[in-house]
Amino acid sequence: MKDYKYIGKNVTRIDALDKISGAATFVDDIDFGANLLYAELIESTEASALIKKIDISAAMKVKGVYKIFTGKDFHNRFGLYMKDRYVFAQERVRFVGEQIGAVVAFTPEAAKSAVALVKVEYEPLPAVLNQMDALQSDAPLLHPEVENYPRVPWFYPKAGTNIAHWRKTRKGDLGKGFAKADVILEDTYSVPRYAHCALETHIAVAKFDHSGRLTVWSSSQSPHTQRHLFAEALGLSHKDVRVITPYVGGGFGGKAGVTMEIIPAVLATQLKGYAVKLRYSREQEFTNTYQRLGVVAKIKMGATKDGRITALEHKLYWDAGAYVEYGANVVNAVGLSASGPYCIDNVSIDSVCVYTNLPPGGPYRGFGYSEMLFGLESHISRMAQQLNIDEVEFRRINAIKPGDETAYGAKMNPSGLQDCIDKAAAAINWGKKPVSEDPTKVIGQGFAAFWKAPAMPPNASSSAFLKFNEDATINLLISGMDIGQGYQTVMAQIAGEILSVPPAKIRVETPDTDRNPYEWQTVASHITWSCGNAVKNAALDAREQIFSLIHRVYHYPVDVLYLEDEAVKCKTDSAFILPLQNFVVDGIMTEDGTFKGGPVNGCGMFMPEFSSTKDNPETSQGGHPNVHYTVGAAALNLEIDKETGKMKLLKVALAIDAGKAINPDLVRGQITGGLLQGLATVLYEDMRFNEKGKLLNPNLTDYKIPTAKDVPEEIIPIIVEVPQPDGPFGARGIGEHTMLPAAPMIANAIEDALGIRIKSLPITAEKVALTFLQEKAKQ
Amino acid sequence: MKEISFMLNDEPRNVQVEPNEILLDVLRNKLGIKSPKCGCERGDCGACTVLLDGKAVRSCLILAVEVENHNITTLEGISRAKLSALQEAFMEFNSFQCGYCAPGIILAVTELLEKNPHPSLEEIKESIAGNLCRCTGYTPIFDAIMSLTGKGTK
Repeated sequence: MKDYKYIGKNVTRIDALDKISGAATFVDDIDFGANLLYAELIESTEASALIKKIDISAAMKVKGVYKIFTGKDFHNRFGLYMKDRYVFAQERVRFVGEQIGAVVAFTPEAAKSAVALVKVEYEPLPAVLNQMDALQSDAPLLHPEVENYPRVPWFYPKAGTNIAHWRKTRKGDLGKGFAKADVILEDTYSVPRYAHCALETHIAVAKFDHSGRLTVWSSSQSPHTQRHLFAEALGLSHKDVRVITPYVGGGFGGKAGVTMEIIPAVLATQLKGYAVKLRYSREQEFTNTYQRLGVVAKIKMGATKDGRITALEHKLYWDAGAYVEYGANVVNAVGLSASGPYCIDNVSIDSVCVYTNLPPGGPYRGFGYSEMLFGLESHISRMAQQLNIDEVEFRRINAIKPGDETAYGAKMNPSGLQDCIDKAAAAINWGKKPVSEDPTKVIGQGFAAFWKAPAMPPNASSSAFLKFNEDATINLLISGMDIGQGYQTVMAQIAGEILSVPPAKIRVETPDTDRNPYEWQTVASHITWSCGNAVKNAALDAREQIFSLIHRVYHYPVDVLYLEDEAVKCKTDSAFILPLQNFVVDGIMTEDGTFKGGPVNGCGMFMPEFSSTKDNPETSQGGHPNVHYTVGAAALNLEIDKETGKMKLLKVALAIDAGKAINPDLVRGQITGGLLQGLATVLYEDMRFNEKGKLLNPNLTDYKIPTAKDVPEEIIPIIVEVPQPDGPFGARGIGEHTMLPAAPMIANAIEDALGIRIKSLPITAEKVALTFLQEKAKQ
Repeated sequence: MKEISFMLNDEPRNVQVEPNEILLDVLRNKLGIKSPKCGCERGDCGACTVLLDGKAVRSCLILAVEVENHNITTLEGISRAKLSALQEAFMEFNSFQCGYCAPGIILAVTELLEKNPHPSLEEIKESIAGNLCRCTGYTPIFDAIMSLTGKGTK
């Protein structure tokens, strides 16, 4: 393998100093001066109702209130993949917490007091609070006009139903597949909704100045996508909309696309000259941003007695919430990939996006694959048991290999799945579980494999500008977001490797759409791969300019020149060493005193030109909707107290194929962080709604995210590297994937330990203890 | 409005505050100290942690009037001269990702190490159990602290 100077090295994060000194600026840290207005939302208290009357008279009398806006003032519709949302409710509300209007005041206190005085009269409509009810033929319709909504060409809504999108994937002959099977197992699994819980809540500040230009400062994973949606919804030119995105205090998908940010942007257009701030409370963060979708999954699988899966029927019904402009693509992604990381000849997948009167479902780290894999990987473990084959071996037999056909017909990319399975199993001594010394406790082993592809439009692209400074340091202008994963550092490593400049001498700032070139969004774990390629191309462009200048001045052929230690060197003349800082801005002086060259500025972009969503909607065959998959496997030893159900994570190993770990420490950071976020969805977290669709635990007291005391006793991160041919230095994304195996691996370990199978999340201590008691009572 | 005076990062400061104003808002909005962050407004998350006479407290649960004549230290105060060994260790071990919880956690651990330079892993966990981090999974934070107490391995 090639020896790199900065690639594959644990380079110190270039945002470290900012973040550990307190200097890092987040949106709420910016001062906007005396012309700042504060917006607070008037929110629906009903899950489904017509708005009969909004009385703002008392609210307007509060001292400091400037204006109050409602749906009558703005009719703008928006949405990323399907335009099914309004900035403010138009005569009808569809979930508790939906924004009906906003009070704008000179102090946050005045805005809050006034909101409490707004009187909204409703005419309640029947509400549907789960997807199975919403699918009934007599269910009330949330969006009777769904088939008319503008949308991407790969969505298929069903008129006259609550189905916003239905992804069908068909391969082979299901009937023949089941006929060949010696064992057939059929069951249903369910997963509730979850909240991202980034520590920084959503916030956006918008200013529409007297020249007619809109500037929005937002905590976002998607500056350019926001600019585009603002321009589209408001009828402004892209050049007149500027989105500035400082550091983001955690995203996890929740700050992708556009949610609340459009509200201050729209309000600002009616408040010329003022800056308008909307900062969500923790409660609003729970009730009116994206939530992870819930799912009910019905799986039927057949296999021969030698362990070959012959058929899979996988039906997923998603609780996608009241608006699915982003969430429907979660459904779509899983509908293509619900075979899991296995090569199966006969597959039928139905992934159905269902409107419900709950908050909008949307992107959450894992993009539906966590939910899908809970059922599938639980089912795999149970199939293996019925076949009397070790479940790790069963996965090895069926694991998809490079070149195999996916369920939609495209070929699988190079991947180290077998290696990941072997290494995860070996790390916990699979098959040789420890025995607890405490007779009230029992230990089980659990395993799960996973895969995930970036879900994105086929033309999602990245671009990069690279500017050399006088001292040969670099400013790298890109528009992905460092939401904590270490993106800026990794991009600096890529540029630094090609230009022989230490990453510490490269500055990467957070984006400003006026100055930084286009990037689709920081989602889908695609940014290391996609933007990494753009940065690589920008660095190659700069290098080409450097070599061509040296050729012009010194007449060395370009192909004998190379960069090393921040200087140009020559393979055929070891005496030639020209430090970059001598010329990358000022150029090179020639004998007659004239200069050649000038500032070196590189430019690069990347778009996956092979990707296509054009396929047969009845089978999904024919396109190439996914650029590649990242695969992996995880295993754990779980100790369970038989009396209380309390679980202790003794040892967890997670192996992932990063293609090339550009910064191995950052990959390990994603493993320790993503794993705990995944484990929490099993053991602690759960969104609870009452019978009226109101969330009962919208705070961090009642919605428990893990603390320092909930960390597994030992985590073993394992990096596998089978290069991605079109990735920068072979890299592919790994950020979301580290969450994926947590839920099924725990359910499988519980069965191994106690002989009980739990088929719904979360799996709290209480649920384990009660299920165990019930099973014992039956015996 | 009442004028209060207190020591902020070793400098005397005077400021006019309302009786119901919380310390977090006064620090951020009236004194320009931005490292304490708001994450929940009710003491759940610890992002607003500051040191009050050396003790880690949540500045969203303390009224500004209560700190009259006391010493308040924020991350700005810790970072002023040079980074502390703890901050250096946070850099080395990537003990942060998005950085939003980092100021609070660094202050909570600063208090711990002040009182107990060689804490056990259990004591470390206890000291930051009230500071939520959604990104790191906490392990890299433990590693950084353990590296300073001589018990850690990377």
